[in-house]
Amino acid sequence: MSLATETPKKVLEEPNLDVIDKGGPEKDLPAKKEFSAKPLILGALFGIIFGYLLQKGGVAKYHVLLGILLLEDFTVVKVMMTAIVVGTVGIFTMHSMGLVKLHIKPTRYAANIIGGLLFGVGFAFLGYCPGTGAAALGQGNYDAIVGVIGLMAGSYLFAEMSGWLNKTVMKWGDRDKLMLHEVVKMPLRTFLLIWIPVLILVLLVLDRLTTR
Amino acid sequence: MKSLFLVGLGLSIIPSLLAVVPIGTSVLEYAGPAWSPYVVGALIGVLSMFTFYFSDKPLGASTGYARVAGMIGKLFAPKHTESLKYYQDNQPAVDWEVMVVFGAIVGAFLAAWQGGELTGEWVPAMWAARFGEDSLGLRLGAALLGGMFMAFGARLAGGCTSGHGISGTLQLSVGSWIAVISFFVGGIATAMLMYRI
Repeated sequence: MSLATETPKKVLEEPNLDVIDKGGPEKDLPAKKEFSAKPLILGALFGIIFGYLLQKGGVAKYHVLLGILLLEDFTVVKVMMTAIVVGTVGIFTMHSMGLVKLHIKPTRYAANIIGGLLFGVGFAFLGYCPGTGAAALGQGNYDAIVGVIGLMAGSYLFAEMSGWLNKTVMKWGDRDKLMLHEVVKMPLRTFLLIWIPVLILVLLVLDRLTTR
Repeated sequence: MKSLFLVGLGLSIIPSLLAVVPIGTSVLEYAGPAWSPYVVGALIGVLSMFTFYFSDKPLGASTGYARVAGMIGKLFAPKHTESLKYYQDNQPAVDWEVMVVFGAIVGAFLAAWQGGELTGEWVPAMWAARFGEDSLGLRLGAALLGGMFMAFGARLAGGCTSGHGISGTLQLSVGSWIAVISFFVGGIATAMLMYRI
């Protein structure tokens, strides 16, 4: 009896981890002609869970968010880093089994840094981020309404400048979809075996050193 | 890269020093989270796995606002909106990203309602303590400006604290780690100037 006659049951091919598919073009395709309710329903469901968790985690509260920016309350970092640890392990495991595709965001040094700093200034002014702002609104923080208006206005302002920005700032330091393990020139699995324990260690130290 | 790292390190020392000498109310005087941040974080990580698997999308928030802004723009100035590069590449429509934002509002309401934490306030207590009980105008001005800076910055950087800060970083995207660090450098410096000077 030959084992070669047995067919594998996996529907998707196990991807070769030396060559990672980092996800398709970032430009969204124009709206599809067929209307499908499924993404809308799933989006709503995932959104509800997300908002519920954010509120329970305290990050819909103005003073908790300002708390990290004043380096007094580390709740936000604990939430984010735990999510990163669980998500990194979970998603790369699923990816190695061919169950999910990755969606790596592009690295553009100038745009990442300048955009990031501007975001940070706005974050301190409003005291909520886009996700936690929605959660704050649901929690009853009415000032988030004005924040939402600002978020929409700022998005449109960016769109106004997007033609020019695409030809200039967005091009400076464009490194395509660079990943951390590529910077240190390690295979993905080896990198993760070091990276995940490092993140967990940081969380443990943080937990020891902080009251909140 | 090395000089950039050193500059960043130097910049982060100043707010850290300021944090040691608190001027004004301590944030810890106000109530913290209802659940453990580790539990919440772990569940958000699991949620990310779900969005990748079921929706083939990373969790994010800022895109939803950009889409709604685009739809409003198309309502009032359709030709102009359609001529903008960003909206040519990202068609404004009610889709997954927009529903996540709407869902988040509902989910947070349910959580706050269930936990007795509905606030119903225009000015956060900590803001009033710093800027005065009469500071609604200032608060709304800061909120509006803050939202504008954040959305502009998020589009330029390519995501917000959810899109880059969680979804991007967990995929080991270098740009996401750079963006998150920048978010906090900018935010910490600004918050320190607002509350600790």
